[in-house]
Amino acid sequence: MLDPHRIRTDFPILSREVNGKPLVYLDSTATTQKPTAVLEAMRKYYERSNANVHRGAYTLAQEATEAYEETRSKVARFIHAPSDSGVIFTRNTTEAINLVAQAWGRANLHAGDEIILTEMEHHSNLIPWQMVARERGAVLKFLHVMDDGTLDVGEVDTLLSDRTKLVGLVHVSNVLGTINPVKEIAKRAHAAGARILVDGAQSVPHMPVDVKDIDCDFFAFSGHKMLGPTGIGVLYGKPKILDAMPPFLGGGEMIREVQLDWSTYNDIPWKFEAGTPNIGGAIGLGAAIDYLDAVGMGEVRAHEERITAKALAALRDIEGLEVFGPEVRGGVVSFAMRGAHPHDIATILDQDGVEIRAGHHCAQPLMRRLNVVATARASFYIYNTESEIEVLVESLKKVKEVFARVS
Amino acid sequence: MSLDELYGEIILDHYKNPRNAGEMEDPSIKSQGFNQSCGDDITIFVRVDENGRISGIRFSGHGCAISQSSASMMTERMRGKTLEEAEEFISRMRKMLTGGGDFSELGEYDELSALRGVTKFPMRVKCASLAWTTLETGIEEFRGEGRANRT
Repeated sequence: MLDPHRIRTDFPILSREVNGKPLVYLDSTATTQKPTAVLEAMRKYYERSNANVHRGAYTLAQEATEAYEETRSKVARFIHAPSDSGVIFTRNTTEAINLVAQAWGRANLHAGDEIILTEMEHHSNLIPWQMVARERGAVLKFLHVMDDGTLDVGEVDTLLSDRTKLVGLVHVSNVLGTINPVKEIAKRAHAAGARILVDGAQSVPHMPVDVKDIDCDFFAFSGHKMLGPTGIGVLYGKPKILDAMPPFLGGGEMIREVQLDWSTYNDIPWKFEAGTPNIGGAIGLGAAIDYLDAVGMGEVRAHEERITAKALAALRDIEGLEVFGPEVRGGVVSFAMRGAHPHDIATILDQDGVEIRAGHHCAQPLMRRLNVVATARASFYIYNTESEIEVLVESLKKVKEVFARVS
Repeated sequence: MSLDELYGEIILDHYKNPRNAGEMEDPSIKSQGFNQSCGDDITIFVRVDENGRISGIRFSGHGCAISQSSASMMTERMRGKTLEEAEEFISRMRKMLTGGGDFSELGEYDELSALRGVTKFPMRVKCASLAWTTLETGIEEFRGEGRANRT
């Protein structure tokens, strides 16, 4: 069983204080903290091997290239991608999805074509499709979120048509924690001749993920939400589809032969990695994957299930507090408190060192669906303990006291 | 840093019992403002009389205790002021909220001094400023349209 107290010793930031209280970091859905191993891997790269990749014949360039490409292999193994060539480094999930929307979308979407998304998408899996749909004359359709925070899989069949070109949906909701049946939806999308893109920003860090088993065509996630640094993300795509796509950004690295008025392009994945990539970030991500592998993704998921169950039970005991989302979920709990705006909750909790997120969580359409303007959100990871849930609950009781002073 | 400094009785009273809350028919000025980071959304309605004075002012929308109470107090303070006086006061408020001015110049018993605590919470200054900057934008637009009408 995962011991969060042991794990915490690997995260220097977790020993600091906030407003005179021990830090209780409950915003890992936004970004996770970083273990020493990740920081050291990046430091070692910059101190010993820093050079540009795929360019030099000298020793440093070779070391940098090997470390960068080794991370690609680690990523492929981690998400069970069939080969390294389908693993493209991007800045983050957002850029990965924009890559698909621009490179695949502009080449494959025509007037009247349909894209199916859901009401629970993060803006990063909504705006890129709005942009390309407007440009190509394509139509967006949406799977509804049911009252319990889940999707109705059967509704997919009613939305799918011979004009459907792509189904795009989030694997785990960053607001509700809902774990969507992406494998089942991929099957239905494929049966209708559509591609499927899965936003895995909140799944890859928290549970075992197998892109081959899901059989998705595209899968996107971010390094900084899984112990890695900011500025490095991944797009996995089926190599055959990636091969047929035009490039996204143009520049160095993505080319084979360049003439003044035309060029040929590099093989995948490099065709989609124009310019000097985030080498240090990729190496940090590699170290993060090593760390998570050593813990075991099954253990990560089991620990989050324990913490989340405790949090759900404790929060539901607070009178006037409403929890959103389904019973079975990732380590995310969004809630509202009667009489207290989420932003005020977050400020009051911060005085106790408890760091939670308040706002629309980059999911304004979902907020509208829930009929709220914002929620407060606590989210958990491998370093969160059951006693931190108790601190959260005590601090939430303080919020009630503050707002009860005046009627 | 005490929570009472931020969530004092005056703030909570204006939050729970907002003054001049609601929309206005045919306002001279209607200005909407957003706080992107937290989703606060406020609309200020102003009626300007023939002498250029604010004869009526209301606000609608939703937001946290700080933004709502600040809006409520603002509507009480702005009624009866000329647009110039209103603008001058808004710029004083902005200075005070961002730490460039001293709340004590308002006088000890001024309700607006209740917003003094916000200066110690930099993440919340935007909340307290929202109503004021939204009104300021509305006045600027009103003037712009007035000029356009004269030409």
